[in-house]
Amino acid sequence: MWRFLLPIGIFALLVAVFVVGLGKDPTLVPSPLVGKPAPEFTLPRLDDPGQTISRGDLLGKTSLVNVWGTWCSGCRQEHETLVALSKDSGVPIYGINWKDDQALARQWLATLGNPYVAVGVDEEGRTAIDWGVYGAPETFLIGPDGTVLYKHIAPMTLDVWREEFLPRIAAAGAPR
Amino acid sequence: MAGRIAVAIDTDPKLADPVQQATYEQLTREVRCLVCQNQTIADSSAPLAADLRREIREMVQAGRSEEEIKTFLLDRYGDFVLYKPQFKSSTAALWLAPLLLLLIGGLGLSRIIKRRAGLPVPDDEDGPPAAA
Repeated sequence: MWRFLLPIGIFALLVAVFVVGLGKDPTLVPSPLVGKPAPEFTLPRLDDPGQTISRGDLLGKTSLVNVWGTWCSGCRQEHETLVALSKDSGVPIYGINWKDDQALARQWLATLGNPYVAVGVDEEGRTAIDWGVYGAPETFLIGPDGTVLYKHIAPMTLDVWREEFLPRIAAAGAPR
Repeated sequence: MAGRIAVAIDTDPKLADPVQQATYEQLTREVRCLVCQNQTIADSSAPLAADLRREIREMVQAGRSEEEIKTFLLDRYGDFVLYKPQFKSSTAALWLAPLLLLLIGGLGLSRIIKRRAGLPVPDDEDGPPAAA
């Protein structure tokens, strides 16, 4: 009996491992930053390079940090969702404009609407590296104490917002 | 030849100190480009790879050790960023599974060999087996 069941069992186990593996997206790399304090940054603002935006601006409330660029098609795709969230969700969205043409970025916000409380310009991509960014758009959920609660890699959609962000926002609780 | 190809992608001037240049080249060949996951940052022309090469170059120049630079990358991008992940609790299964499988296979093989060692050697010719 064992002579037949054992190979079949091993084969079934292997198939199960492969089925699970095939269902995963290998381009999604989990961020080691989740659960850790958000990295420090200070960036000039897109609307006024004389002013800066930094980590301290995020504290005291749950917020989103969205990494985008006008060269990124997924960012165009998610833009309307971000605009809608900025109006309805009550969660402030901060932008990091990643290695972009600033004139184009300003034009993009002027024509498509501006969902951001403030946008920092990361011209050299150094802040992006500190945040472990590898493919825009990426959206971080930051807790009131500055902890990274979640990172979404891919365009934001209302489904993602409902399923991944809202429960975590509720768990993080209202601003302390 | 591999060196020449790498130079074609990495167009930055070499570091003045040959030891630092060697460390830099070594590291860029161990770091995965997460945009194009099957390339190292030495081989990739993606903008992120260029940015990571710049970060590594600056850290090497500043005299940071290989370990420090790897930790810098791991803190930001996770274990997947290194082609040869470090051995720790979260990567233990990755490193030990092949050994374990080899051990299981070896045990199975030795059992089969031992069992068959007791059997009479089959004769190639037809007819009754040779007397022992």
